[in-house]
Amino acid sequence: MSATTSNPAPAQGEFARFAARFAEDRVAVFGLVLLFVIVAMALLAPFISPQNPYDLGKVDIMDSRQPPGAKAGDGFDMLLGSDGMGRDLFSSILYGLRISLTVGVLSGVIAATLGLVLGLIAAYAGGRIETLIMRVVDLQLSLPSVLVALILVALLGKGIDKIILALVVVQWAYYARTVRGSALVERRKEYVEAARSLGLSHARTVFRHILPNCLAPVIVIATVQTAHAISLEATLSFLGVGLPQTEPSLGVLIANGFQYMLSGKYWISFFPGLALLLTIVAINLVGDRLRDVLNPRLEK
Amino acid sequence: MLAFVIRRLAQAFFVVVAMVVLVFFGTYVIGDPVWMMVPGDATQEQVEEVRRTFGFDQPVYIQFLTFLGDVLRGEFGRSYVHGSSAIGLIVDRMPATLELALAALILAIVIGIPHGLFAGLKPEHPVSRGIMAVSILGFSLPTFWVGLMLIMLFSVMLGWLPATGRGPVMSILGIETSLFSLEGWRHLFLPALNLALLKISLVIRLTRSGAREASLQDYVKFARAKGLSPRRIIGVHILKNIMIPIVTVLGLEFGSLVAFSVVTETIFAWPGMGKLLLEAIQRLDRPLIVGYVMVVVLLFVTINLIVDILYSALDPRVRLTGSQS
Repeated sequence: MSATTSNPAPAQGEFARFAARFAEDRVAVFGLVLLFVIVAMALLAPFISPQNPYDLGKVDIMDSRQPPGAKAGDGFDMLLGSDGMGRDLFSSILYGLRISLTVGVLSGVIAATLGLVLGLIAAYAGGRIETLIMRVVDLQLSLPSVLVALILVALLGKGIDKIILALVVVQWAYYARTVRGSALVERRKEYVEAARSLGLSHARTVFRHILPNCLAPVIVIATVQTAHAISLEATLSFLGVGLPQTEPSLGVLIANGFQYMLSGKYWISFFPGLALLLTIVAINLVGDRLRDVLNPRLEK
Repeated sequence: MLAFVIRRLAQAFFVVVAMVVLVFFGTYVIGDPVWMMVPGDATQEQVEEVRRTFGFDQPVYIQFLTFLGDVLRGEFGRSYVHGSSAIGLIVDRMPATLELALAALILAIVIGIPHGLFAGLKPEHPVSRGIMAVSILGFSLPTFWVGLMLIMLFSVMLGWLPATGRGPVMSILGIETSLFSLEGWRHLFLPALNLALLKISLVIRLTRSGAREASLQDYVKFARAKGLSPRRIIGVHILKNIMIPIVTVLGLEFGSLVAFSVVTETIFAWPGMGKLLLEAIQRLDRPLIVGYVMVVVLLFVTINLIVDILYSALDPRVRLTGSQS
């Protein structure tokens, strides 16, 4: 981080350097652009979708199960066809993306916060507290996430808050383990000793001095975990134990198309799945590149 | 070695105890099972009677001790829906799931290792880049959606393979299996491929990085200098050395295959214990859910234990670092 000493605004210079290194990989840039487009389309869904698929006045049952490209009763083209209830699939996907992304990001943020705090406490406190936290982490990580989430939603019931809770439970341990790992290294460094000898409180030392230096790996984990959470939510919703029909995420849309599958009406499940796949691939491409750029061992 | 095994056994024991406690309080705290058992128009007296019959009126610690006793005897009560013993139902369905998981594991090895070796030995070859791109895709693909697409392509459009069910089963040594008939294999292939997809990507990556590292080692250079054929160098010298991590990871992954089979079994209507679990969840059949969780936890702990002990036997470094911490 000393390469920017000549730069008058070091923070900006660092970011520019970071962006330049990120952009060296064309595929990652493609992933980032794709991700921006997907997020923008989800945010702007009410303005760009030809139909509000959940406004019962707009949806016509006569339009149901139309193949891609068919014309709706209202006159617009149903680019990707329609589902069993006559909803335009393209519009449903845009609205579904909003729910899928919300669940993924929200659960990721909560899990990251929880994991960060517990990981830092484990590393800084040491002793019994550390052993206790890390035992729970080990227990959590030794069980497959799909099973833990499945059992949790089975016990908690359906609903967006419950699925977020289940996703937080299966994710936090990854953050806690990663943060503890880097915090253990950081706490032995001299600046921590300096902060302590200046009389700063434990809380201030941990959150203002150690935490910022542990963030790089957390960002990488966050991308991978968010992609994982979106996929897991879709899986649970597909199995009928995730989100209810009133919160139609991409997984719910795919599940709705399953029954038409065997009669050859592939598009009802295919296109929402494709949207899901593109979202996950985009996040993973960005995450892969971030891992390379943020890894200090690969610098110079 | 003995100390390591004892320490590992104690750890495994605590995991099982922790899970028993978690499962009990998870089911105890959340929801009143009585309401799932009585009809909607039941009177207060009927509700109380059901509560007494099943012992739900007892204090928590008595209920917990009863539960603990049940677990030790391997008894989780009768399924609310099926009316028969929960553990019996699970054991009945287990061979189908294990067969599916085993087939997926074999597919992952048979497909993953050759492709991973090729990508590792010729990293710059365009085919290698293709293999790696596909393996990244394999990590990103949502398993359940791929399952649907496999059915769409091979069953609906091409009509080559059946989409649902297990096909005819034969009883070999008391275990029902579909591995001994062509029809059984035809039914097994798609679900196994679907389940294997993630693991194929994993094996490709492991094999590739292993092969890349091993091919730079001195013993490989020496073997080459000795004039051994490339086939022998790859097949004997490289493969033998990269197999330890691959076998370890795959051993650990077997448990996750069993867990993931919930998804695959539901899509392909495969009559295994994963499908049983999902039906139990949809009908809030508590004894079945608890039974399944305990069986899978036991399976997991056993697999992890065996792999750890085997690994420490193969690689003494694990044992030594373990005792230092």
